[in-house]
Amino acid sequence: MTGRKKSSNNSSEAAGNGKVITITSGKGGVGKTTATANLGAALAAEGYKVCCIDGDIGLRNLDVVLGLENRIVYDVVDVIEGRCKLRQAMIRDKRLPELYLIPAAQTRDKSAISPSDMVRLADELRGEVDYIVIDSPAGIERGFRNAIAPADEIVIITNPEVSAVRDADRIIGLIEAEQKGPAKLVINRLNAKMVQRGDMLAPEDVLELLAIELIGLVPEDEHVIVSSNSGSPIVLNEKSRAGQAFRNIAKRLAGQTVPFMDMAADDGLLNRLGKFMGRGG
Amino acid sequence: MRPTVQIKGIREGLLVTLGEGMWSDVQTALLQEVAEKASFFRGAKLILDVENHILNAATLGKLRDLLADFDLSLWAVLSHSPTTEQTAQMLGLATRIHQGKPEDSPEPANEAGLEGADGLLVRRTLRSGNSIDFPGHVTVIGDVNPGAEIIAGGDVVVWGRLRGLVHAGAEGDTSAVVCALDLSPTQLRIAGEIALTPPDRKQPRPEKAFLRDGQVVAEAWSLPGNEN
Ligand SMILES: Nc1ncnc2c1ncn2[C@@H]1O[C@H](COP(=O)(O)OP(=O)(O)OP(=O)(O)O)[C@@H](O)[C@H]1O
Ligand SMILES: [Mg+2]
Repeated sequence: MTGRKKSSNNSSEAAGNGKVITITSGKGGVGKTTATANLGAALAAEGYKVCCIDGDIGLRNLDVVLGLENRIVYDVVDVIEGRCKLRQAMIRDKRLPELYLIPAAQTRDKSAISPSDMVRLADELRGEVDYIVIDSPAGIERGFRNAIAPADEIVIITNPEVSAVRDADRIIGLIEAEQKGPAKLVINRLNAKMVQRGDMLAPEDVLELLAIELIGLVPEDEHVIVSSNSGSPIVLNEKSRAGQAFRNIAKRLAGQTVPFMDMAADDGLLNRLGKFMGRGG
Repeated sequence: MRPTVQIKGIREGLLVTLGEGMWSDVQTALLQEVAEKASFFRGAKLILDVENHILNAATLGKLRDLLADFDLSLWAVLSHSPTTEQTAQMLGLATRIHQGKPEDSPEPANEAGLEGADGLLVRRTLRSGNSIDFPGHVTVIGDVNPGAEIIAGGDVVVWGRLRGLVHAGAEGDTSAVVCALDLSPTQLRIAGEIALTPPDRKQPRPEKAFLRDGQVVAEAWSLPGNEN
């Protein structure tokens, strides 16, 4: 063993039992960052200690969506390369004191981090927080593999659109191949009126193809865009239906049974969906 | 004794051929080699010829992640084992390189000498991006989703929904057939003929597609004498 750098992938020495949830999609722009920010915030509002990690190195924006951009000093690459301590890179949210963010590096690229770096980072965080929520970049390249390497649970975000569903299917195949699953599904930007008119894929069509557990349906909601721009997670808005949907998903991730929301415009939708949902109704 | 690790530069990247031995020893030998020549390997695209090693996804995925620590990207895996080839395909790795393959390692004369090579049983759903390329017959227990493809020298039987691309008799066998419980492929080919799927029917039924007078036709797939 001539001086080989020890690069163990082993997580068995992990100190805490914090759980790692990775949010991914395959296709870009379907709502991964929105989901990461909101599920992180909702879990923190439930009283859990949460750290979100922006895994989109080079294209960071989770900090913007969470409204923490102006407080960044260190980023995830600084932690991994040892330029700062873990705690120094964890930015604490002022509204939700149990919510932290480790931002991505803006000036580096994805090869600055390897999957085993992410495993080590996550293992260190498991001792500090209850949930680690990782925002994956789009695609199936290194950044995606970095994001899923430490995952205990994987949430796939898709839109009710043929191309997004096709990419989700590809991602699920890769996750299954790595024996990382079972992945859970969130269908985002659902427009019940369009589904009713037959102009949009219905959730049951998506589920029939993807054949994984559904943990959330999020309606199209313009409040989401306003809240991303103002850096205030939509889950903090009691009136928003998308906010409600994300709060429900967070509860389901935390092991609670929450009935699926009525998608209002279509009474039949929930009934038809019934057969796909294991529990909660 | 350290298992052998041979390295050769080819057009696509570095071709690394792994020798016999316990997989854990072979993997250690490879990583040692990589660590010792770190600057030579840095940033390289790796084509790994694992010969007869039978590898599952967890093993191969782990190796790929370990190699990433050395800034090496695993691009293709070549193997004599159909299991390993399938694993590599599931992980999205290439399993064939078209050019620059050195003459001294002959094309593995498709599974010659491997037992049971004329049939392949796939017991899972093929998802988008999965591809099966097999010289004999292929049976799938599961669905074939849009974006997945099966290319078979012989017949293709799908015990599930067939919605991807399928090519039976890919080497010219005009007697090849394609059967599925729900036959709605994006594209279906038998030998040299192509059929596009007719707009979907309300009630899927088991069907068999074959060539009749050089045209692809589909009929109900049922017990003989029990048709329609
Ligand atoms: N439910 C929704 N209703 C309305 N707009 C939404 C919804 N979800 C997301 N959006 C908007 O869609 C856009 C893309 O969302 P987001 O940035 O979260 O996607 P992403 O998957 O992280 O993208 P990328 O792949 O580029 O990282 C944003 O402008 C966001 O505000
Ligand atoms: Mg994003």
